[in-house]
This record gives sequence, structure tokens and C-alpha cells, in this order.
Amino acid sequence: MSETVPMNPDGDLTVVPPVFLDLKGHHHPENGTLLGFWIYLMSDCLIFACLFAAYGVLGRNYAGGPSGAELFELPLVAVNTGLLLLSSITYGFGMVSMQSGRKGGVLAWLAITGLLGAGFIGIELYEFTHLIAEGAGPQRSAFLTSFFSLVGTHGLHVTFGIVWLLVLMTQVTRFGLTPANRRRLFCLSMFWHFLDVVWVGVFTFVYLMGVLP
Amino acid sequence: MFEPATAPETVSPLFGRLSLSSIPYHEPILVATFAGVALGGLLVLGLLTKFRLWGPLWRDWFTSIDHKKIGIMYMVLGLVMLLRGFADALMMRAQQAVAFGDNPGFLPPHHYDQVFTAHGVIMIFFVAMPFITGLMNYVVPLQIGARDVAFPFLNNFSFWMTTAGSVLVMLSLFIGEFARTGWLAYPPLSDIVHSPDTGVDYYIWALQIAGIGTTLSGINLLVTIIKMRAPGMHLMRMPVFTWTSLCSNVLIVASFPVLTAALAMLTLDRYLGTHFFTNDFGGNPMMYINLIWIWGHPEVYILILPLFGVYSEVVATYSGKRLFGYSSMVYATVCITILSYLVWLHHFFTMGSGASVNSFFGITTMIISIPTGAKIFNWLFTMYRGRIRLEVPMLWTLGFMVTFTVGGMTGVLLAVPPADFVLHNSLFLIAHFHNVIIGGVVFGVFAAMTYWFPKAFGFRLDEFWGRMAFWLWLAGYWFAFTPLYVLGLMGVTRRMNHFDDLSLQPYFIVAAFGALLIAAGIGSFLMCLFVSFRKREQLRDVTGDPWHGRTLEWSTSSPPPEYNFAFTPVVHDTDAWWDMKQLGFQRPQSGFLPIHMPKNTAAGIILAGISLVFGFAMIWHIWWLVVVTFAAAVISAIAHTFNYNRDYNIPADVVARTEAARTQQLVSTHV
Repeated sequence: MSETVPMNPDGDLTVVPPVFLDLKGHHHPENGTLLGFWIYLMSDCLIFACLFAAYGVLGRNYAGGPSGAELFELPLVAVNTGLLLLSSITYGFGMVSMQSGRKGGVLAWLAITGLLGAGFIGIELYEFTHLIAEGAGPQRSAFLTSFFSLVGTHGLHVTFGIVWLLVLMTQVTRFGLTPANRRRLFCLSMFWHFLDVVWVGVFTFVYLMGVLP
Repeated sequence: MFEPATAPETVSPLFGRLSLSSIPYHEPILVATFAGVALGGLLVLGLLTKFRLWGPLWRDWFTSIDHKKIGIMYMVLGLVMLLRGFADALMMRAQQAVAFGDNPGFLPPHHYDQVFTAHGVIMIFFVAMPFITGLMNYVVPLQIGARDVAFPFLNNFSFWMTTAGSVLVMLSLFIGEFARTGWLAYPPLSDIVHSPDTGVDYYIWALQIAGIGTTLSGINLLVTIIKMRAPGMHLMRMPVFTWTSLCSNVLIVASFPVLTAALAMLTLDRYLGTHFFTNDFGGNPMMYINLIWIWGHPEVYILILPLFGVYSEVVATYSGKRLFGYSSMVYATVCITILSYLVWLHHFFTMGSGASVNSFFGITTMIISIPTGAKIFNWLFTMYRGRIRLEVPMLWTLGFMVTFTVGGMTGVLLAVPPADFVLHNSLFLIAHFHNVIIGGVVFGVFAAMTYWFPKAFGFRLDEFWGRMAFWLWLAGYWFAFTPLYVLGLMGVTRRMNHFDDLSLQPYFIVAAFGALLIAAGIGSFLMCLFVSFRKREQLRDVTGDPWHGRTLEWSTSSPPPEYNFAFTPVVHDTDAWWDMKQLGFQRPQSGFLPIHMPKNTAAGIILAGISLVFGFAMIWHIWWLVVVTFAAAVISAIAHTFNYNRDYNIPADVVARTEAARTQQLVSTHV
């Protein structure tokens, strides 16, 4: 373990002592923001895991109410899925613009991403109000409770992502593509793609499997 | 079994459920407590004003992002809340010692149930958690040769969120009431039908707000340990305390979100009438119990692992030897970290999951005792043929090794499902977990406080009162909980506030005597702080290394300068500072460079203050205030992101002056 230390068990002091201090100030700890944000995403992922687990336990407890097969309108959800997946690609183009230092490109792609996200939220809200109007609100059965919580938590995350996106657009406009802003764009990028991955799970596990008899 | 839901309360648009009748002025115990707290509070406020301390307190502490100051504030929070949690314990012991036959005791069930719930919640979330977070905050950056944590602002924010949670719990004492459900608030008892009042809501929002702080502080320390170690300190050269902190923070990040999710589901059930855990409409109460223990079991290892690290540091230092079996210690810690996720079901063997599921969880539980046992042997072998100095931290460690081992053995006993069917929810269980939490966590915290106190304040703690605290706690623990083991074996269940069988009373009287001894132990520790402060010149340590330590925190001054290390250390060995001393390390006298440091900010305390009001508004259904505080929180968080000017440089000549002053001190004591 101490291979770099000149060992002198006899107390032989002719051996040059090793360097114990970074006297030139060469050592700069790496910035940990991206790692920290990754870890945060994984902890957030656990919240989704719990909601998925709850859906797994309660998802067929209809309590005499409607089932997924009766409620879900797959074409609408498919459009919604398309919007969200597309927004991940447009965010990716935004990051490409950032790498080549094109501020205008970044802002344009972020705006498109935000619009697609807003479209996603709009369709989701339409679906929710429609279900509640039909009497299939979250209080109707444990199935609907777990459905609304899982999908709604994802929707809240996307909403939060849109707010963050607007704030970042303001900051990029005002302060440019500074290192701090680039780091933030990276974090939001990870957040946005993470929500996409979670949505793929929701679409498969809740909607596609939910319409199975 | 429960009080039926009272008539629908009047909800005013301005104050929600809050009204004058929410103030428990008809309960003499609470009124007296309030009078005491109010007088004490006024005294403190008066003294702060008299000595003009508000400014320094705000500038140097509340808004500080220095990990050392935040660490100390966490320890103060833990200590204050220990007094509250222990007052609850004394009340329970007193009640159970007298409430036999015709005597109903002094606590009616309605109050007693709040007391045992508050005791558990406070001791775990607002005593043990602040203590370990405080220790990790203070020690880890120093041990790895860093100048602060990875996210200094987040650190300050985490502390204030934890504080906001504890303020909410304290508020429940005087406005409304606390939960009467037991410390994990199992549904259906905790649902809106069976607990319609504000108690469970206080519980939920206190834990959610503090939980945000804990999760963020876990992420922060994790990144700190991974990214900010001094050059040369690869993973297998990290001090053991840093290793155990790393594992503990992995557990925090990987388990607290589950608590957040479970409590959020309970919140939805209570506020929106959903059906996660209800008995009707397809809900499943057992899902809550599974989820809460998927967090809860890792939680007990979150608490104990850092203290295992403390014992390792203490044993090695006071035996004057390298820790025996460093790598086996690391592997044992990692094994415990992983296994802690595979045992949660042993908390409810009686749920009826069937023989095979119960056997699986029984066996994994028993397996955990193997790495833990390996640790005990490592500590023993470290002491073997060492030059042992029986300083106070070493006493706590020896007390731990004896006490904790017994707790471990009763734990293995409880891990046998058939035995658990007999002992489930009995006082045997209560004795078991107090055995490991007091014998492991609390003793470790006292060992750590005594061990690192001179580092934090520049003077040692008084030895006489330190020893008094130890012996009183040790004897107190055994007097208080041995009778509970016996009672549990006889079948007495937990959470009772009255007994008919008079033959049980002597055991409870002995237990109450034990609680008094522990009270004297806590008193001795406070006395120790007071006496040590008075005698601080006698107890002064200017070397920065009073115990002849082994790890890097002892290489800097006591208390360390705000930048911790004038030059980042370069590490060649596990016991880096010991290695430096052996090879004739000399402090440099010149060539100092400017040091880059983060700036103080008030954003943390402001955001946490807003969250506190938000939580209060949610508890009392004051919806307009909920909206206002939510908007305020979002706006101030966004405003904080517009502050790009977050750091500054300490000029080289300031560093040079600080270091020259230290050199002066060192020279003056050597001559």
C-alpha cells in the first residue's frame, strides 16, 4: 500500500523524504456538479421506482371501477410519447449548438424543446381532465390512485423542467455560454433525457400493458 | 381502540384549521413546559441582544458555508433535540413505573401516545441524524485533505432544512398535537379516518422537510468523498471513518427517496382521499409497511456505520497502533451496506408472508452479524499488544464493544422467525434496539465528540466529567433496559400506558431508576462542556494533535483555519499524518498561495424558513399561505441561481499571516 514511500526501517535518514504537500498549488479538485446531479437523478429514479412498484401492486385493483383497457386512448398517448421523444432530440441539437458555441442556436433549440414539452403537458392535462370528468379520478380506485400518481409525478417533473428551461434561456441570453451556464445546460440535458427514459417505462408498463386484458 | 372522528372542524379561509382551541392551555404539563421554554428562550434572546451577538451569529454562523461551522451547528441541534427526546423518555419511564392497578399515572393515553411517537421520531430524525451528519460534515473534509465539501451552499441549505423539520416537531408541542401513531405512522391508524387531527400532518411535513435536507447532504458528502480527496489518497488509503461515511451516504441517497415516496403517498391519501393504503377501494396498507422499512432498515445502518468508523479511529489512536485488518474493515462495511437492503421484512415477520419468505429474510439478517463480528475482532486485535491509553473516548469504545455485542446477539435471536412471532412488538424488541442504538450510536457520538472536540475548539474536554458521563450512561443503560428484556420475554408488549399486573411493577421501577442515571449522564456531559469552557486555558491544545493522531485532520491547527490546509497534503499511506510524522515532516514557512473559497450566503436559511411556513400552512390547511409560500420558495430559488458571484480568494499574505501566527504558537509551547 505504501509503495511510493521510501521505507527506512533502520531510521536511515539519508533517504529523501517523500513530498507531503502540494506546494505549487497544482491540485484542483474536479468540479463535482455533474456527478452530483447524476446521483440526484438516481435518487429521483428511486421515487419513480416506488411509484412503479405501487402501480405494480395496485394496478389491477379496480374496486369495481373502470380498468386501463376501458380508459386509455392509446393513439393520444402515442402522440404524446412522440412529442416527448422528439423534445429529447431537439435538446440534443441544442447541446450540439452549445458545443460549437452558437448562442442563437442554443436558444432556438431550447425554445423548440420547451414548446414540445408544453405540448406534452397540455395533452396530459387534457387526458386527466377527461378521465376525471368521466368519474375516473384518482379517488375512484387504487388502480387510478397509482395511475394518476405515477403519470402525474412525471408530468410535474416535466413542468419543473420547462420552468428550469425558461430560467436557463434567460440566463444564456443575459450572460452567454459561460462555463457555469454550460454546466447548467448539461444538467438540464441529463434531467430532460432522464424524464424521457422514465416515460418510456410509463408508456410500456402503464399504457401498453394496461390495455392488455 | 381509537377515538372516532370528531365533528367536522370549522375551517376558516384565513386560519385554516387553526383556532384558539388548538392551543393546549388545559394541559398543565404542556403549559409548564411552554413557560419553561418561553422563559429560557427569552433569556437566550436577551443575552444575545445584550452581548450584541446577533450580527456575528448571522454573519459567521447562520449564513456560513464553512463545513466546520455547519458541522458544529448540526451537533448543537442534535444536543438540544436530545434534551427534548430524553424528556419524553423520562416521562414514559415515570408513567410506566407508577401506572399500576388503580393508579392511572399522570399521562392520559391521548398524551402518552404522542410522547412515545415524538420520542422515537425525535431521537432518530432530529438527534441521531444531526449528530452523524454533523460529525461527517466536520471530519470528512479534514480527513481527506479538502478545503470544504463539494457543494458548500447546499450544505448550509441541508442544515437549515433539518432544523426547519425539528422546529415543526417542537411547534406541535404547543400548537395542536403530535401524531399518536408510533414513530413510523402505520396506516390505517395514520389515515384520515382514524387520525383526523393535525398530529400525523406534523409528522409528515417535519420528516419531508428534514428529509430533503438529509438526501441533499448525502449527495453532497458522497461527491465530496469521491471527487475531493487529496492527491495520493486512493480508495484503499481513505481513513476508516471516511469509508464508513461513504457507505452511510450511499445508504442515505439510496433509501431516503423511498421514505419521501411513502410519505408522499400517505399525504395524498390524507389530503386528496386517494387509496394507496386504505382498506377499501383496493388500497393496500401492507405496502406502506414494506416501503417504510425498505427505507427504515438501511436507516439503522446509516446511523451506526459512521460510528463504527469513529470506534476504528479511536481504537487505533489510543492503542498507538495501525488499525488491525484495514481492508477487512472496509469489506465488512461494504458488505453491511449491501446486506442492509436485504433484510427489511424482518420487521414484520408476523405479516404472514409465508415460511419461505420469512426464512430468506431471517437468514440474511443473521448473515449481517458476520461482517459486524469481524469488526469487533478487528478492534480487539488492534488493542492487542497496543499501548492503550484509557482516555474518555476509549472508555466509550470499550463500553460500546461490551454493550453492542449483547444487542447484536439479541438481534440474531429476533431474526429467527418463530422466536419473533413470540417477541414481536414486545418490550424485548424495545430493549434490543435501545441496546444497539444507545450502545452503538449514542456511545459512539459521545466518543466522537470527546475525541474531536479539541480539534473543533482548541481545548480538550474535562476528563473527570467525561468519565462521569460515561459511567452514568453505561450503568443507566443496563439498569433501564435489562428489566425490559425480562419483561419482554414474559410477554409485556410495547406502548402501554397502564398495567393491571402488580408483579411487573418492580421491573419498571428499576427501569425508571436507570433512566434517572442516564439523565445524570446527560447532565454530566453538559457539566463537562461548562467546566471545560471555564478551564479552557488549562485544557488548551496548541499542537493541533493532542492525542498523537494518525489521520490528516490532526495535521492542521485546532481549530483549523477556514481554508483547513495552507497546502493540500499529498498522501502516501492509510495513516497519512502518522506517516508524515514518522518521516520527519516540516511545516513550510513561506511560499503561500492565494486560496480559492466559497462565499457565505443567506439563501439557505431563507429557503428553509419559507419551507417551514409552507409546512405549517399545509398542516393547518391554510391554503392561501400554502400558495404564497410555494411561490415564494420557487421565486427565491430562481433568484439564487442568478447569483453567479459565489467565491473569492483568500490573498496569499493573509494565509501567510495566519500560518505565521500558528508557527509562533508552536514555538512558544515547545520552548
